[in-house]
Amino acid sequence: MNDVAIIGGGMTVFQRRLKETGKELSYLATKMALEEAGITKKDIDMVVMGSAPDAFDGIHQKGENLLDGAAGAGKPYVRVFNGGGTGVFAPIAGWWHVASGVADIALVVCEEKMGNCYPHPQTAFRHIWDPILDRPLSPNLVWLFAMEMNRYMTKYNIKKEDIARVAVKNKRNAVGHPCAQLPDENITIEDVLNSEMMAWPVQRLDISPPSDGASALIFCSKDKVRQFTDDPVWVDGVGWNIDSTMWTNRDLSFPRYVANAARMAYKMAGIHNPRKEIDFAEPYDPFDYKELHHMEGLLLCNKGEAPILTREGVTERDGNMPMCPSGGLLGVGNPIAATMGQKICELYWQLAGKAGKRQIPTDPMVGVGQAWGDIMQMATVAVLRRG
Amino acid sequence: MAEKIEGSPGYAPGTRVSTKDIVENKITYTWWEPEVQYSWSLGQAMSKFLTGLKKGKILGRTCIKCDRVLVPPRMFCEYCYGPTDAWIELKDTGTIETYSISYLDSDARRIKKPILIGVISIDGASPQHGFMHYFGEMSEKDIHIGMRVKAVWKSPKDREGAITDIKYFKPLEGGEKK
Amino acid sequence: MSRKVCVIGIGHTDFNSITPDVEWKELMYEACQKAYVDAGVDPRKDVDSFITCAEDYLEGFSIFDEFVPDQIGAVLRPCCTVCGDGLYGLGTAYMQIKTGLMDVVSIESHSKISDLLTMGDILLHAFDPVFERPVMGPVERPRYGGSPEYTKEAPKPLVGSTKEKQRVHPYFLAGMEMQNYLRTTDTTEEECAEVVVKNKMNAFFNPMADYEAKISVDNVMGSEYLFTPLKKLDISPNVDGAITFVLADEKTARDLGVDPIYLSGFGWSSETPWLSTREMFADYASRSSQMAYKMAGITSPKKQIDIVEVDDRFSYKELQHLEAIGMARPGEAGQMLMEGELARDGALPTNMSGGSLGIGNCFEATGMQKALEIITQLRGHAAKRQVPDAEVGLAQAWRGIPSGSGAVTIFERGGA
Ligand SMILES: [Zn+2]
Repeated sequence: MNDVAIIGGGMTVFQRRLKETGKELSYLATKMALEEAGITKKDIDMVVMGSAPDAFDGIHQKGENLLDGAAGAGKPYVRVFNGGGTGVFAPIAGWWHVASGVADIALVVCEEKMGNCYPHPQTAFRHIWDPILDRPLSPNLVWLFAMEMNRYMTKYNIKKEDIARVAVKNKRNAVGHPCAQLPDENITIEDVLNSEMMAWPVQRLDISPPSDGASALIFCSKDKVRQFTDDPVWVDGVGWNIDSTMWTNRDLSFPRYVANAARMAYKMAGIHNPRKEIDFAEPYDPFDYKELHHMEGLLLCNKGEAPILTREGVTERDGNMPMCPSGGLLGVGNPIAATMGQKICELYWQLAGKAGKRQIPTDPMVGVGQAWGDIMQMATVAVLRRG
Repeated sequence: MAEKIEGSPGYAPGTRVSTKDIVENKITYTWWEPEVQYSWSLGQAMSKFLTGLKKGKILGRTCIKCDRVLVPPRMFCEYCYGPTDAWIELKDTGTIETYSISYLDSDARRIKKPILIGVISIDGASPQHGFMHYFGEMSEKDIHIGMRVKAVWKSPKDREGAITDIKYFKPLEGGEKK
Repeated sequence: MSRKVCVIGIGHTDFNSITPDVEWKELMYEACQKAYVDAGVDPRKDVDSFITCAEDYLEGFSIFDEFVPDQIGAVLRPCCTVCGDGLYGLGTAYMQIKTGLMDVVSIESHSKISDLLTMGDILLHAFDPVFERPVMGPVERPRYGGSPEYTKEAPKPLVGSTKEKQRVHPYFLAGMEMQNYLRTTDTTEEECAEVVVKNKMNAFFNPMADYEAKISVDNVMGSEYLFTPLKKLDISPNVDGAITFVLADEKTARDLGVDPIYLSGFGWSSETPWLSTREMFADYASRSSQMAYKMAGITSPKKQIDIVEVDDRFSYKELQHLEAIGMARPGEAGQMLMEGELARDGALPTNMSGGSLGIGNCFEATGMQKALEIITQLRGHAAKRQVPDAEVGLAQAWRGIPSGSGAVTIFERGGA
């Protein structure tokens, strides 16, 4: 297995609607990553595209349509996809392009253009439901998460205000992020608890917003990395795991597939005690309760313990185990696959000491990023290490 | 191009657009609506399950190897990856595993009267085996996880072999015990 | 790059124009079950990673990846979707095994295209929404109006709004490309028709094929022009079916006691998506074959490769692809065909399976159908269509209209 380093990242602004097309967004993020790495398109051996449902962009085989923006024309180019998990899965695919020895330098681009979908991106989410059992009931995507959140809250006796704390923390963390859609320095728990009820127990400010955006990362083999940096950030472990399609046959209170993916990544990274050996994390937070759910799934605390740690300030940027120092999806925005920007680009920038105002003060060495997708069943995990 | 700032990302490319820009036609855009129609074959398991619903019955499948009763039924068991073994008729009662009170419809439009929706584990099936459905004849205050419920069926002439042949689940008379 | 990657199991359903008796899950289950039995592995214990190749709109889901794990044995295991032809899945599996992280990987791809009632419009949906689609037909007016973000009156599209219903069928693009191919290479329509005759005849000897027929060049030439010069019989009809491969590293294959077929090279490439600036010479096939030859150490493909399966979803594509992958000079493939070189006893047996013209267009499973034939031939299991002494075979596929992307894999028998 070849060691794989990251040498550049890029990210567009995230917003409910951006003027640029999907191709143009892919280009902007790619260009920024190339600039940071100090290379050009001709140095790229292969390209991986990460993008979620075609229905958002409104283009069948949208990977094909986006490829020129992602520097893929005339190159080996492939799109991987597992719903919301794509934001961390595409970089995992970038990793194996290089770790296998097939490529020396691989570019990973993640794009989402949810604003294209009319009347609302939710309309596209209607088609993630089972056509026989679920769709006749005219479901809304938020129902799924409301039902999971309810199960989690009931099982571990968690108060809504302890969940709302996550939204407050992340929207405040996002203040230092130039791409952020919903940064809010002054938001309070009361604001979240008083926001519009969508589908109990989920309220408006519990949810990350749909967005347009793109992000990019460049992966490089060990042989070549010294040309670009003396202090590389390495991909140390990767893991992914899927649970059954039959979500009504599963206990939703604990994401066992996240735990499986985390164990796979930790094993590869040689991590035996994640709570001690991991300095910070970017768990997937499309809803505030998901950050807590995923902290537990990532084995960073006991079941039901994440809300308590959050209440005690452990997960703040200057706490013992910072969570979502980027501002996460709740603060920066949720253009599904493009959240690679908060989950893996952020790990890279934090570990490289490039996170500017968002920099974790404790000089982190190891970080874990995670995404979650499909119908509450897919987990993708990557561990990055400095030096 | 956005201003340069300290740290990475060093700037934030992209041009923000507001709803107002669109309503006032300040943005050039194009429109396309694809003709998208599917007719999914139901396959063996779902065909039988839906035929059962039409007759007012909830059917499951057994997996002897895993000692499971599966509902919704499948022709193969995802745990042992073998074929399932036999059909079994289940009760039309069950327990609420989780639920939500929704103020959104499927296009994220706001609705006044909320929808009560949740997952019901069906009596006679393995623990936590069931499906999603609506709840009725109960208030937002009454509904809770662990509540015992019973299916309310459409009249036989209105049933068409669909999950909606059950109108909703209502509170089971006679209390909370299984 | 020391580990060698082998095919240790294959499984497939029959190919049928419609499959109303099974849902997509049951179709996939059948192919996977057969592949696991063929490889002698238990998917719940022995398979380290699962890959499905699929596109959302062909399946009718926003996230098809959701509806995959149960029927392929992947529950609580690493599993993912690759949005591409099955050959992309084989390449992905190859890389996963080469990293050393995975020993056994399963790849599934299928077509359940009979579930999709509006295929033409879905393929049109792959064209560029700004520059291409408005030229191809009228734009339906918005039907919705109640979104909270908009005023009650639906927004007015600024371009392309008319009352007509008819949109062009996207296969017109193949007609245009064929026109260009015939003119630039001096190939004739009759030569293309001969491809149809050959492949539909080959399909008689392939029990899984659905569109075998004994026809003549006159039949093809006499069939209706649909996208001039493309005629009805030049176009492969749609078919349903599923194919699964199991790949493993060489040591695992030996431990399982399987006689492995090596996956010794693969390549893939994409051309620009801009139709107006794309060249129509299947550059994706040239580039992906060059990459695969390099990986497999093949310097003189025509001599070193014994059997090929190339994408023939339109008759001229077989000839165009043979030229692109270096098996013939431009304009030469038609002659080779007429001289019998592409027949079973010729110098370069091509599409012995019957190809897409004889089996049917299996969409994202097209490449897997080609690879399946190569493996069957290299194993010596191809019965009446067996090519004697086949040692090295090549499978090539394209992602279909309107893409400019494709992949190539090379398989070798024995201790290559
Ligand atoms: Zn079982």
